Amino acid sequence: MSSKDRILGRIRRALDDAVPAAEIPRDYLPVHGARTPAERVDLLAAHLAEYRALVHRTQEEALPALLARLLEARGARSVLVPPGLPPHWLPAGGPTRVPDRAASTPYELDRVDSVVTGCALAVAETGTIVLDGGPGQGRRRITLIPDHHICVVRVPDQVVDSVPQVLPLLDPARPLTWISGPSATSDIELDRVEGVHGPRTLDVVLVGTQ
Amino acid sequence: MTGTYLGMPAFPAFPAAAREAVRDEALRANLRHATHTIRDKRARAVAELADWDRLRAAGKAVKDHTLRHLDRYLLQLEAAVTAAGGTVHWAADADEANRIVTELVRATGEREVVKVKSMATQEIGLNEALEAAGIAAYETDLAELIVQLGHDRPSHILVPAIHRNRAEIRDIFRAEMAGWGRPAPEPLGDDPRELAEAARLHLREKFLRAKVAVSGANFMVAETGTMVVLESEGNGRMCLTLPETLISVVGIEKVVPTFRDLEIFLQTLPRSSTAERMNPYTTMWTGLGPSRGADGDGPTAFHLVLLDNGRTDTLADETGRQALRCIRCSACLNVCPVYERAGGHAYGSVYPGPIGAILSPQLRGTGSAIDASLPYASTLCGACYEVCPVAIDIPEVLVHLRERIAQGGPVTRAGVRVTLRPADGHTAERAAMRAARLLLDHPGALRAGERLLARARRLAPRRLPGAGRAWTDSRELPTVAAQSFRDWWARERSDPR
Repeated sequence: MSSKDRILGRIRRALDDAVPAAEIPRDYLPVHGARTPAERVDLLAAHLAEYRALVHRTQEEALPALLARLLEARGARSVLVPPGLPPHWLPAGGPTRVPDRAASTPYELDRVDSVVTGCALAVAETGTIVLDGGPGQGRRRITLIPDHHICVVRVPDQVVDSVPQVLPLLDPARPLTWISGPSATSDIELDRVEGVHGPRTLDVVLVGTQ
Repeated sequence: MTGTYLGMPAFPAFPAAAREAVRDEALRANLRHATHTIRDKRARAVAELADWDRLRAAGKAVKDHTLRHLDRYLLQLEAAVTAAGGTVHWAADADEANRIVTELVRATGEREVVKVKSMATQEIGLNEALEAAGIAAYETDLAELIVQLGHDRPSHILVPAIHRNRAEIRDIFRAEMAGWGRPAPEPLGDDPRELAEAARLHLREKFLRAKVAVSGANFMVAETGTMVVLESEGNGRMCLTLPETLISVVGIEKVVPTFRDLEIFLQTLPRSSTAERMNPYTTMWTGLGPSRGADGDGPTAFHLVLLDNGRTDTLADETGRQALRCIRCSACLNVCPVYERAGGHAYGSVYPGPIGAILSPQLRGTGSAIDASLPYASTLCGACYEVCPVAIDIPEVLVHLRERIAQGGPVTRAGVRVTLRPADGHTAERAAMRAARLLLDHPGALRAGERLLARARRLAPRRLPGAGRAWTDSRELPTVAAQSFRDWWARERSDPR
């Protein structure tokens, strides 16, 4: 008998006296509180900042200048750029642009200073940005290996209130990365330290439209 | 059939191990600081959600429903993972799981693997099995690294090195890092920031060159075949993204029916474990993804090893099966007065604390001294039940297991229904109970006994001899009354005879 059959057989024998399972109550809240779009964005910003992401707010026209400033502040000489990133976001004559390519080795990515991406969605109640590899986001590893990640979120369009609201909008077949603040550890005496293996600095840029 | 291996060598029973641990003042101070810090933070994080009780009830119901139809959901999961380009393996016990993983690593031709913290692989002793096959397994979670470098054992579900303070960690890094790869920077202080940086440098070498990774998973979605890992440091993302081959070893109880069900656990797990609204990183992947791994985004081979190792035996126990609802948040450890003083090692398993006290004896059976003692490693205060985000009634299971151990009865071991004999250690207790029943059934004998006891009351010892000694180690023996209640009642309320 295969182990699969053995395990399934054990499960069925274990359950032959089991009572039918009760209905799953779904009376928990789909969202915690009523907010205007502006309040939703404010909450996202507050929660991101609480977990030590650096939050910036700007308008579309001012985005290139802001990104230039953030890259310069870090002394970035090279920046990873996913293929679908709107070209006008990045300033002309800034750091060397490194395209996201399947052939790049982890060692090559480790030599890049910063990465700029968009995102799929953001969740205000938890302070989370979600990447799904869509346009402007690139492969999972490019937001992992460089020490500095700038993530651009279009507000209020890309912001939802809650976890129950965001899941139906995501495609589970795509690789999904949920990011809530930069990499952190609390393994030493429960003191929180940012930046262990993922980027130590997460700049989140909330871009509004007028 | 040998006992189910839970990643620990032979251990003394809990009381002996705990007695050692409570004498260690540094350990108690480290534990007290850590558990109280996280306990208070967790209460605040939970209070933010007005519907916490409803989320808890829903989480319980989803897990119960899944367990009730576990065969169906595992088959659905297997089909979904396979359809997305993954390969599913079934492992009935630790040996089989270790064999499967070892063969998979061998087939890649690699001699080392990186690991993201996985309790299932600790449970089966995978690192030791790989080492025996000449394959080095590197733990990459900071706390796991501290445990591995320190030739130590984990003592907490979420913070496995909770028993170590910063000075001890610095000493371990200085002494051991060079033997495993990049040495610790010199000089190295004991600031957590400096220590985390040392770990970053040490492990980055391994991440960048790793070709094979081994992981666990917090959840597996039957409907879509999606695997979910919650973490904080990014070592999980490194292991799940960079290597060519990814092998996930996951207990069969980790399946949930639908993608939507994650909306419950993604709200309750981070708040219950690290007391955060959300953990810094969550990775979800489904097989090899739509491109089948051809676009360089993630591994090009994915293997899922579904692990039984005592879980179906636990499922066979109607009261005990609720332990399989556990989502490994560790909230029960942080509120437990026994864990806080005895520490995680005293439980002799990778699952310490209240949940370990009910999970380990069910997964492994109660054949060893440590497993037979674990259901007694509790004051039954109920704090663990109060905080559990899936409402596992741990005290109920503890009492149920105590009864099984003391009285014997039917249990399932390796899929076979057997009858457990009453445990040896409870002979005196059973003899006392039988004597009590005899006396209570014969009022004349009881009255004679009570009068004899009352007359001899000045001779009563302060401490019990023999088997009762342990009981009076920490308690005073009650004094014997000058007359029994029955005699008093007879004199006061009845006609004199």
